[in-house]
Amino acid sequence: MLNTHQYWALPDGISEALPDEAEALEQLRRRLLDLYATWGYRLVMPPLVEFMESLRTGHGTHLDVQTFKLTDQLTGRMMGVRADMTPQIARIDAHKLQTEQPNRLCYIGSVLRTRSFHDGSRSPLQVGAELFGHAGLDSDFEVISLLLETLTHCQIPNLLLDIGHVGIFRSLARAAGLDATQERHFYDMLVRKSLPEIDTWLVTANLPVDISTYLQQLPRLNGAVDVLDQAAALFASAPSDVQDALRYLRTLTTRVSAHFPACKIHVDLAELSGYDYHTGIVYGVYTSGMGREVARGGRYDGIGEAFGRIRPATGFSTDLRTLATFALPQQQRTGNSSIFAPAVQDVTLEQLIRTLRSQQQQVIRALDGQTHDAAALGCSQQIIQQDGHWNVVAV
Amino acid sequence: MDKIVKDTLTIALSKGRIFKDTAPLLKAAGIEPLDDPETSRKLILDTNRDDVKLVIIRATDVPTYVQYGAADLGVAGKDVLMEHGGQELYELVDLKIARCKLMVAGFPDRPLPTTGLKVATKFVNCTRRYFAEQGRQVDVIKLYGSMELAPLVGLADCIVDVVDTGNTLRANGLAPLEHMANITSRLIVNKASMKLKHAAIRELIAHIQAAVDQRNPS
Repeated sequence: MLNTHQYWALPDGISEALPDEAEALEQLRRRLLDLYATWGYRLVMPPLVEFMESLRTGHGTHLDVQTFKLTDQLTGRMMGVRADMTPQIARIDAHKLQTEQPNRLCYIGSVLRTRSFHDGSRSPLQVGAELFGHAGLDSDFEVISLLLETLTHCQIPNLLLDIGHVGIFRSLARAAGLDATQERHFYDMLVRKSLPEIDTWLVTANLPVDISTYLQQLPRLNGAVDVLDQAAALFASAPSDVQDALRYLRTLTTRVSAHFPACKIHVDLAELSGYDYHTGIVYGVYTSGMGREVARGGRYDGIGEAFGRIRPATGFSTDLRTLATFALPQQQRTGNSSIFAPAVQDVTLEQLIRTLRSQQQQVIRALDGQTHDAAALGCSQQIIQQDGHWNVVAV
Repeated sequence: MDKIVKDTLTIALSKGRIFKDTAPLLKAAGIEPLDDPETSRKLILDTNRDDVKLVIIRATDVPTYVQYGAADLGVAGKDVLMEHGGQELYELVDLKIARCKLMVAGFPDRPLPTTGLKVATKFVNCTRRYFAEQGRQVDVIKLYGSMELAPLVGLADCIVDVVDTGNTLRANGLAPLEHMANITSRLIVNKASMKLKHAAIRELIAHIQAAVDQRNPS
């Protein structure tokens, strides 16, 4: 049902940026990359397309469905347009930068998804940072700090960090002896916090009483950090890795609130986003008045395995357009500060224009025959000839 | 962005049966609408609490409003939720109201064809999923209402619809053939709201859950 009169319309969920927005996005992009540079995160530019095997690796079917595919006419192999840059960064760390040292990388670029997320966009401008080669609190804390720094830099108010740990459900599912199908089914109920379905399912599941209670309580364990105390008491005789995970969350949240007192912390032990590839903490950051998270992150130690090298990894990603709706441009470049220059060919005029431009001034040159004047172009100043000299004067 | 001292809650509801059955539960939580949605033309209803508003929308739109955060909470039938699909909402409480069944219905004396089965329904996704799970290939015909007519005029072999008393089916010479799911309404919550307005929502849910338990002693 192609409307031939609307060939100029963009596909659903695809957007572009006109000058004002583009300028704001570009300014913010530079500011963020500068920020990441000061933390030692080096920019990488992964390709727009690559072979499906590397894009899909380590991830669940969700990302596969989200990926646009095309055939490489040279090799007959299937390529995908990146729907998420994180696996690309992991591949780069595993294969291209074979260091044993901790490796800090950041990235920014368009991704393409077959289906839109909440905001209706199928092509977000993904920006994020990843830290490879360290398993533990310091790297998780560093990445969360950098994320909160990013959001604070964008003047996003009333931040709330929602944090969980996929190890808790994974361990309980193992202890309950759930097979892959059952685990998937329970996961599906858990992410919807469908308490009625969970309670009914557990009645029929015939699990040991203690495990059944753990699974029943898991979706109910959310709220302020004291939920961790509640959980510790409840899971006192649960497998030890459950308690390790709780202790980890306790230490991490204590450290985050000490460094970022303005950021509220919410614990949700049934928060399992990216359960397919996350191996430790998972988190999202929310702000009041927005019905979805602003940014997501977590630990994914296993992903490099598919690339032949297991490396601990932790990172976050967000969307530049979302951030830009909060961030005020620091200075408007265009408009009233611009200088209008006549179309006259003159050596001294050329020199003046070159000097002004080298001082970061915006000079817009008139074109021969142009009828619009300085004011129509939004210039507040213009160059005119006075007594044989070229001078910049107010319009 | 305004600084809001008190968290305000917006609850999405549909008119008719769901509103009628939800009102007593909201009342138990101390929330009473100031207008009657059946007579008022307002789409946003104020309540006795200045921090709670009700939005009155179509039943099938409730999950969409809540998922996008246009409403913090909502009341939606499990049929609507199953059709909406996805994992983008919390379905915290079974309100045990608006009970019915999602069923396959057709002529009681005519077995369904084993191939080329045509099914008329407004529950397109549920229908596809149900028959696919059984390995049955079906042609789904999307309709917006009066499903019972489709088999009578030869548009479809059977229908998938919610069945309450079964009176409409019987009046048209049809009968329930296969039971797909038991349906009740659920209290659904936006994921971000659940975190950002945790205390207010937890409190509301506790009141509603207590009211539900009181009305449905197990």
